[in-house]
Amino acid sequence: MTLSVSASGHAVREDLLTDDAGLLLVIRHFESKLLDLFDRGLLNGTTHTCLGQEHVPVALAPLLTEADFVFSNHRGHGHYLALRRDPAGLLAEITGREGAVCGGVGGSQHLLNGRYLSTGVQGQSLPVAVGTALHLARSEPGAVAVAFVGDGTWGEGSVYEALNMACLWRLPLLVVTENNGIAQSTPTSMELAGTIAGRAAAFGAAHHLTGTADVAGLRAEAAPLLAAVRAGAGPHVLEVDVHRLGPHSKGDDTRPAEELRRAAEHDWYAPLAAARPDLDERARRFVDDIAEEVLSRPLSGWRP
Amino acid sequence: MRVAESVNAALHDALGDDPALYLLGEDVLDPYGGAFKVTRGLSTRFPGQVLTTPLSESGIVGVAAGLALAGDRAIVEIMFSDFVTLAFDQIVNFAAKSVSMYGRPVPMPMVVRCPTGGGRGYGPTHSQSLQKHLVGVPGLALYEMSPFDDHRDLFATMLGREEPCVLFEDKILYTRQMFTGGTIDGLFRYDRVGEITRVGVGVGVGDPTGCDVALIAPGGMVHRALAAMRSLLLEQEISCLLLVPRRLYPFDGDAVRDLLGGVRAVVVAEDGSGGGTWGAEVAHQLHQRMWGQLRRPVTLVHAADSVVPSAAHLEHAVLVQDTDLRQALEETFLG
Ligand SMILES: Cc1ncc(C[n+]2csc(CCOP(=O)(O)OP(=O)(O)O)c2C)c(N)n1
Repeated sequence: MTLSVSASGHAVREDLLTDDAGLLLVIRHFESKLLDLFDRGLLNGTTHTCLGQEHVPVALAPLLTEADFVFSNHRGHGHYLALRRDPAGLLAEITGREGAVCGGVGGSQHLLNGRYLSTGVQGQSLPVAVGTALHLARSEPGAVAVAFVGDGTWGEGSVYEALNMACLWRLPLLVVTENNGIAQSTPTSMELAGTIAGRAAAFGAAHHLTGTADVAGLRAEAAPLLAAVRAGAGPHVLEVDVHRLGPHSKGDDTRPAEELRRAAEHDWYAPLAAARPDLDERARRFVDDIAEEVLSRPLSGWRP
Repeated sequence: MRVAESVNAALHDALGDDPALYLLGEDVLDPYGGAFKVTRGLSTRFPGQVLTTPLSESGIVGVAAGLALAGDRAIVEIMFSDFVTLAFDQIVNFAAKSVSMYGRPVPMPMVVRCPTGGGRGYGPTHSQSLQKHLVGVPGLALYEMSPFDDHRDLFATMLGREEPCVLFEDKILYTRQMFTGGTIDGLFRYDRVGEITRVGVGVGVGDPTGCDVALIAPGGMVHRALAAMRSLLLEQEISCLLLVPRRLYPFDGDAVRDLLGGVRAVVVAEDGSGGGTWGAEVAHQLHQRMWGQLRRPVTLVHAADSVVPSAAHLEHAVLVQDTDLRQALEETFLG
């Protein structure tokens, strides 16, 4: 994995991106940096940060290989950073600078890098993931398609068309649902009848629910699921209860302060930063340097 | 050979030539072989490549896109083109976007086949010609089946574009005979130039561009166009050149202009309902290229701005008939 060398001469620390704690911190500082850049008028468009949900992709990343298809969504920076470890390419994409993963065309929610792809239309990726899973089952057995979706996305009909086909055809599909209890501004309780478990069961898809925010613990729970999917056991749904700490996109959080405070109680950051202040500081500087370097690059070039 | 048999044979060849090509659709398996029997025999010969699907138009187009993304190729049959609206998101916002929105071309070899059009009394939700709703989508090409085309070459061309294509197949054509050998009857001959079939008196023997008036129409309109041209020629000695572009969009205005030669009166016809039509796009392109040459603006002929009724007499009144074409051609020529 190649990493950009920071313009200000700070040595890029690979261990920040290979160590779980380092990766968690890099993602956290990356997302915070984006909100900061927005506040300073340096970012265009919109972004959806994964503050509070970083541990999900960090836990899953080592369980996936380059042969696996990964479908991400609007809240995908953590997925991308954990799986592709390319913060400079992502920031360049978001800021429309040279070296952008997709030339600045896709922006925050439309990324393609190898078999990693994100789209901005909720639920749309699931049937596509089924198509790739069909290909994998026939031509590359052992590889899987993984799709990340939020709880709100279970309102989309595509999800059910996709689950139906995936289960009928017993395809290697893992649907990872990061259930943060809210979709944009609407609590899950106001838009989801029944449960995700019940919906998965209706199709005969295995379902596993967990609330752990511990990377190693989550990984240990996910590993057998992925192994089963790889071995041909058919679609699985992994539902992880998480807490969205930040706004849906930027400055659009209408939740009461008390609720935000409760969400923050689950945050892994403060204990980790307290336990490893040096690492936290390195991660912060690493992201600062990348931002400085990327923002000094020329604008990306692209022709329709 | 009937048109449905020609498309069926082309699908047989395409699946046989390419083990990474899939065909998906509702009720496509033998012995049923699809609602219009176009997929007959395919599942028996290529059981691994032909998948019958649930009623999930959006989902199966998404699956096709996933196969294409993973390096395979896919053809989807939408049972009635009316239902392609359910797959609008997958076509417009995924497949067509993917070929360009990631900053570099992503090959997306897939074809969505759409049995289209009225004339069979199936009523408002099973008789539409929805081409116009998909015109003008960046990264999406629209084709239409005709009784002239080499359908094997048609599928190869569409898949070879490596971007999503929607193929409209006028249901009325399925039971009609293919034209072969360049001859239609004692009056008219045809040939193909690139993606366009031209039909007329002088085609293949004299100078087809010396016609009085030209009609541009997709494949589904061909028999009505021929009837109009015949009566126009025999009863009024007005000669008409018919151009049938198999690719409707992107529309190749330059190629059509070159084939029109010195023709000064042009009609564009289609089966879609009035308002925001494909013909308006064609007319605009020709106006830009031929304004000084045309005697008057291009005339548009289309179905009424209406649903397609079920009862035969009502449906007849709404859809384009050969008499409508003849009248439009005559008026456009005589001014
Ligand atoms: C089809 C579609 N409808 C609406 C939106 C706008 N939108 C973007 S994210 C979002 C909420 C998604 O909620 P959820 O799936 O729970 O994911 P979360 O944002 O909580 O991570 C909405 C409504 C969209 N992008 N796509």
